Amino acid sequence: MSKMQLIVKGLIKENPTFSLLLGMCPTLATTTSAVNGMSMGLATLFVLVLSNMAISAIASYIPDKVRIPAYIVVIATFVTILQFLMQAFTPAIYETLGLFIPLIVVNCIVLGRAEAFANKNTVADSALDGIGIGLGFTCSLTVLGLVREILGAGSVFGFKFISGDGILAFVLAPGAFLALAYLIVIFRKLTEKKA
Amino acid sequence: MEYILIIISAIFVNNILLSQFLGICPFLGVSNKLSTAVGMSGAVCFVITLATLVTYLLQVYVLNPLGIGFMQTISFILVIAALVQMVEIVLKKVSPSLYQALGIFLPLITTNCAVLGVALTVVTKEFTFGGEPHMLNLAESIVYAFATSVGFGLSMVLFAGLREQLSMNDVPKPFKGIPIALVTASIMAMAFMGFSGIVK
Repeated sequence: MSKMQLIVKGLIKENPTFSLLLGMCPTLATTTSAVNGMSMGLATLFVLVLSNMAISAIASYIPDKVRIPAYIVVIATFVTILQFLMQAFTPAIYETLGLFIPLIVVNCIVLGRAEAFANKNTVADSALDGIGIGLGFTCSLTVLGLVREILGAGSVFGFKFISGDGILAFVLAPGAFLALAYLIVIFRKLTEKKA
Repeated sequence: MEYILIIISAIFVNNILLSQFLGICPFLGVSNKLSTAVGMSGAVCFVITLATLVTYLLQVYVLNPLGIGFMQTISFILVIAALVQMVEIVLKKVSPSLYQALGIFLPLITTNCAVLGVALTVVTKEFTFGGEPHMLNLAESIVYAFATSVGFGLSMVLFAGLREQLSMNDVPKPFKGIPIALVTASIMAMAFMGFSGIVK
């Protein structure tokens, strides 16, 4: 697989949100606006790339039986680093995303990539895989956030284009489920034609 | 009175699945059949309550006095993973029948974000049940954790019942599987929104 394919496959074929349906909790909870969705996606990208690299570097030293706990410790370490960085440089976003930053530890995308890709590939390839999947996740979250923001608040990346309010339900819980359902359907329709 | 407020708030108003979005993976993954949904809810209920008790004590008596609050995420996830393993071993010995019923769900619970989510919530968030904003004490934390997991079970079982009915219907092809489940969840979330405002 070429270097380019490693990155591109995460965007469409193995898109974590729309095709593999992984990491649903942050997907639904943090996409109240496009900016929030994008921040969550980038935060996950950061952890994913670093944990993929670290795990592929140390995988051969970890006994097979304790590999899952070992991976979780590696991931939790990078999540803690991320928490510090975000508290220092982007405190507003850290406040908004709140609980879902530490919960990146239990995001199945991160552990899934460690188990499925990083532990049997080189450090460079694992980094590219992390970037690809991370970008796929970021794009999906941004799109979902954008749809919910346009319908729910009538704005795009914080810029209002209608006067008055949008459909409030799309910012709240029901709209999250509904918007995701329809985006998956659209994604399935589009990729079906291509194949 | 305060405990009643906590219970109603955690089960209905701030339902963990339909308004906090924690534990969506098992919610979508193992809700095809009513019986598995009941088993999963039982296991989650057990682990959340126990994990919250242990992590609360860890936070108050180990992390806070030592001033190493930043170890929260790492230590909590390790405690939860170890706890799930231990529960599995103990159940196997003490009650084989319960182990049979919950067995396959237990390993899945380690990566269920509801467990870590509730454990982190009770030690970091201030609540305003009936009065001033304050951190929960031990008893309140346990009640909160238990009620939250009952809320999890409630929506999980309701959802599984709906999905069992849905599976017999003719759903358009692109909607098959997860999308139609998400639409169902959306309607359920709308219904649960009716509870908002009961508890401030």
